[in-house]
Amino acid sequence: MLEPLAQVQIQDRSGGEASCIADNGFCPSWIVDNYDRYVDPFVQHVFLTLASVAVGFAIAFALALLAHRHRWLIAPIVQVTGIMYTLPSIAVFFLLLPLTGRGNLTAIVALVAYSLLIIFRNITAGLDNVPGETKDAGRGMGLTERQLLWRVELPLALPEIMAGLRIATTTTVGLATLAFFAGAGGLGEQIFADITFKSNVVVAGGLAVVLAAMLDGSILLAQWAVTPWMRARTG
Amino acid sequence: MEAATLAFQDVTKRYAGQDEPAVDRLSLEVPAGDICVLVGPSGCGKTTAMRMVNRMIDITDGDILLDGSSVQQRKPAELRREIGYAIQQIGLFPHLTIADNIATVPKLLGWSRDRIRERVDELLALVQLDPAETRDRYPAQLSGGQRQRIGVARALAVDPPLMLMDEPFGAIDPINREKLQNEFLRLQHDIRKTIVFVTHDIDEAIKMGDRIAVLKKGGKLAQYASPAELLMYPADPFVEDFVGADRALKRLALQRVRDIDLWRPGLVRVGEPVAEARAKVADSDLPYPLLIDGDGKPLGWLSERALQGERVEQILRSGPEPIVELDDVLRDALSDLLQNEAQYGPVVDSRGEIAGVLSIEVIGHALKANPEDVPSGADALLGEA
Repeated sequence: MLEPLAQVQIQDRSGGEASCIADNGFCPSWIVDNYDRYVDPFVQHVFLTLASVAVGFAIAFALALLAHRHRWLIAPIVQVTGIMYTLPSIAVFFLLLPLTGRGNLTAIVALVAYSLLIIFRNITAGLDNVPGETKDAGRGMGLTERQLLWRVELPLALPEIMAGLRIATTTTVGLATLAFFAGAGGLGEQIFADITFKSNVVVAGGLAVVLAAMLDGSILLAQWAVTPWMRARTG
Repeated sequence: MEAATLAFQDVTKRYAGQDEPAVDRLSLEVPAGDICVLVGPSGCGKTTAMRMVNRMIDITDGDILLDGSSVQQRKPAELRREIGYAIQQIGLFPHLTIADNIATVPKLLGWSRDRIRERVDELLALVQLDPAETRDRYPAQLSGGQRQRIGVARALAVDPPLMLMDEPFGAIDPINREKLQNEFLRLQHDIRKTIVFVTHDIDEAIKMGDRIAVLKKGGKLAQYASPAELLMYPADPFVEDFVGADRALKRLALQRVRDIDLWRPGLVRVGEPVAEARAKVADSDLPYPLLIDGDGKPLGWLSERALQGERVEQILRSGPEPIVELDDVLRDALSDLLQNEAQYGPVVDSRGEIAGVLSIEVIGHALKANPEDVPSGADALLGEA
């Protein structure tokens, strides 16, 4: 079953300073010479993360709206997505292999399964935290349930929904470093390709950290842009 | 829109699993343009009764007629858009600007942008807020009193023929509440909506209501009457207890000094012949002459010694205090008298000119007046009885 690992045993240390490389050290000149080998895994990592979060959000959002109408659904949904959340992702990758084969699909299915609980719980909490009097006033003025949901409840739940997205996204960036076990590549493949070589680990790992920070920052920025009322101060 | 009439016909609300109905065969009619206050202790079903009008709560039995047609024939969302709705917690949408909050129902009804903008500014001015300054703010940036005004403006947005108000001033501190009540009564004087107003506070009910429905536990109507009638002739011990032991005093808040027959004093100026002055006193309702200046302003009560010579001299037995105004409500005027330990005091008009004398005896007579002659709290406030 460890067959995927076989293909990552590539050690290409051409370029850069020979002595530094021999010491497995941190060699800036090697990094400069070999930078382009990280581009494709990085792009693949971004794709895995965004695709998983997008699909995860779509499913969790649909489930949350369903559970908002039919409250009894909340407990079973939390239980099922909770189980998905606790399963070790490496195990899921291997479990899925016979079903979905090696590649992006397996990785994305596993990452989506992992993100559902976080996003679902945040959307549900956001909707539940909308003040009762706000909903009462909305209904009393003649908003239908659908209008109330889209014009009042969801906008007011945005801060919590966005918070859920941020956690899900940064977690997925981290988990996607394991996606190469499913044959989906990503920065993890680079890290494990030469895990004793500092220069390699620092760049590949560093890119994953930078990616997480960038995506987190973009969601934060988006949240800032769509919730102007949160910035309104008295005075 | 023209104010609507509202009629409860044997309206009953029963919740599953409860023996006692929340509202029990409630019947009452609210004439167009009147404020009907539903008042009672908690659990008396007053809010339930109000919420059945716009179908926020379903009617179990009986019917509610808005301008003669049953609210149960209407789609709830459409019905509610025609009925203004203001609640104690206000329920402004925190994520929308004040303008967008007020525009909620106009937008649902598909008004044009220009019409909405115009209406928003008009409403802000109506509730005494500066449109330019308020329009683009968020609810969190306003004070409680300002938010309450926005709540009222939002409820008035499409000029509904009926307004439902559930303790709209309940969460405001006493000083601002009084101010908002007065403001609202002035506003109502201009817009003349039919209003169902829920409160647990009998003083607010007396002040705001043209008609007051007192409900008791189990959602039963104990009495439906004008404020004065309620205070003078409570229908049963429950109402008597609910309006309070000071109901006679409360009635004084419904009348102004100008509404009652004042005593006529003998008015005397310095330098007037004493004989003339004595004749005036003999013709007046008081044994003492009241000295006034050239403009008719009271200076004080003359001493007997002032009338010893040929001409009236300025020798006072006491100053004119307390001076009450024609526009004072009787309760405040009585309080002035008691505070000054006086049996009576001169009454002046808005220019300060003497108009008569108010005494504790006169107030006593006013309390015996026919309730039909006693105005409502709003009329007393606006001084137009």
